[in-house]
Amino acid sequence: MTGYLIRRVIQAGIVVVGVTIIVFILLHLLPGGPARAVLGQRATRVAIAAFNKEYGLNKPLPIQYITWVGQLLRGNLGFSFKLNQSVDSLLSENMPRTAVLVGISTLLAVLIGVTLGIWQAIRRNRIDDYVLTGWAFLFYAMPTFFLGLILIIIFSATLQWLPPTGPDGTVPLWDQATNLILPVATLTLVYVAFFSRYMRSSMLENMVQDYVRTARSKGAGGARVLFRHVLRNAVIPIITLLGLSLPGIISGALVTEALFNYPGMGLLFWNAAQQQDYPILLGVTLITGVATVLGSLVADVLYAAVDPRIRYA
Amino acid sequence: MLTNPDIADDVIVPAAIGTSLPEGGEAGASGSLLRLVFEVFIQNKLAVVGVGVVIFMVLFCFVGPLIYHTDQVHVNLNQTTVAPNLHHLLGTDNVGYDEMGRLMLGGQTSLEVGLAAALLATTFGVLYGAVAAFLGGWMDNFMMRIVDAFLAIPSLFLLLFLATIFVPSVPLLIIVIAFIAWLVPARLIRGESLSLRTREYVQAVRVMGGGSRRIILRHIIPNAFGTIVVNATFQVADAILLVAYLSYLGLGIPPPAANWGQMLSDGVNYTFAGYWWLIWPVGALIVLTVVAFNFIGDAMRDALEVRLQRR
Repeated sequence: MTGYLIRRVIQAGIVVVGVTIIVFILLHLLPGGPARAVLGQRATRVAIAAFNKEYGLNKPLPIQYITWVGQLLRGNLGFSFKLNQSVDSLLSENMPRTAVLVGISTLLAVLIGVTLGIWQAIRRNRIDDYVLTGWAFLFYAMPTFFLGLILIIIFSATLQWLPPTGPDGTVPLWDQATNLILPVATLTLVYVAFFSRYMRSSMLENMVQDYVRTARSKGAGGARVLFRHVLRNAVIPIITLLGLSLPGIISGALVTEALFNYPGMGLLFWNAAQQQDYPILLGVTLITGVATVLGSLVADVLYAAVDPRIRYA
Repeated sequence: MLTNPDIADDVIVPAAIGTSLPEGGEAGASGSLLRLVFEVFIQNKLAVVGVGVVIFMVLFCFVGPLIYHTDQVHVNLNQTTVAPNLHHLLGTDNVGYDEMGRLMLGGQTSLEVGLAAALLATTFGVLYGAVAAFLGGWMDNFMMRIVDAFLAIPSLFLLLFLATIFVPSVPLLIIVIAFIAWLVPARLIRGESLSLRTREYVQAVRVMGGGSRRIILRHIIPNAFGTIVVNATFQVADAILLVAYLSYLGLGIPPPAANWGQMLSDGVNYTFAGYWWLIWPVGALIVLTVVAFNFIGDAMRDALEVRLQRR
């Protein structure tokens, strides 16, 4: 296990370095380079030259990269001149809110998705299986903002049960828990389909394995085989799937936050994209990249802890 | 190199059964594809529905304007947000374009971008993955870590970022989406190639003097063709959704051009004004198209799995 852990951590480290290199390249891909990104499109040549000298941008690229990474390691992600606030303070405000949204939605999506998947596998090729599969395809194919809009039309405009906007971030989240319901529901519904479809096929795959026949021949009943044997084996790949789906869920959170005006990292990024506030764009891209690497690392380690076949492979 | 006596059996067995097509020698790409499509149709009614929907969409968008004539060039500010009537079957939008005609025009862009981006991403991804697998060693490692790093950044963030740098036109949008979408096929094909590379027939080709290029292009890629096509089908669906997201977030193709995503996000502004014809028809078209491509992809994957099991 230790060997596997070390290998996996090193691999994650390399990917994190890769992410920083990509962001560094994006930084230099900007029209006019980093100086224009900060000083704006109308900056004079003198101002740009002075800026480049002050921030060491006239040095060779590898040295710039190392300096930049050194800054990152000290927690300096840059400064948004448009919002007059450092990117790390902006992130520390907004990231927890995204973490709440993504965390609750993912948890609910997995719980509901796995339950539905089991149900569909037991009732396969019957009417309720077909109906649930139909819904899964429908939610899966719906643009997130369209799904959220439909929920707003139903629950806010027509029934008037829930507010149409997310929490505004001025008070603690739990004081506006009702505002959180629709954003969470939107993000959850898309990914329920994702997990239930996978769980269904994973269950079906395991139901025809030899160990099921062995358990049966030893006299284990249908329910016991299903829950003690099949379910335990079928649910393991969901952990990997969770790690793999993390970037997608965070992308979904961006659209959800934009629709419900929920001040998380996605909304921050979106506003920054519209105003071409590059320090924020770069900082958020970097942090989401690193966060997903860590997320899939945790998923993989959990997977190896649950399933010994992985770590000895 | 060929010391394993079992190899003779392996070559003979599939030929004797006569069902497993691409096992030996050079697989005809079109042959395995046709067979795959054929199997899909026999086994899966949903796939038939999917293909039907896609054909309908193509006819609607590309042949529709020849039958249903509308003015999609001049705005008509005297006739904005008119409810559906006999002249305008689905009413008009906020600047007076006929909504039905607009759906046809917007659909052309959405379908073109979806198909082209999927094709570009798949082609590049397949070549990249196959080359990485074939080179092996540290080059493979290096190439795949690049893929991992790009995959770690949530795609919508990268897409929005690129959209702020390059103001999207249709060709640029295709390239930007393909730039994000090529990662998955690259990974898939690399995995597939790694297992195909060790197969006996590849070793046989090598013994007979076939070079790397020949092995990749004429043996590995054709044999991975099923996987490639299945993935490409999902790519089309994803690309159509990505265009919709980008438009909704205000960084899509700028206004005079139309696409479904743009139309839906415009319609969203009128949620509480009661202009239902600006929301539901275009929403339904997007969902139907994406579902259709997913149906086709799923059915093909099932058919492929059945075939793999039979091997």
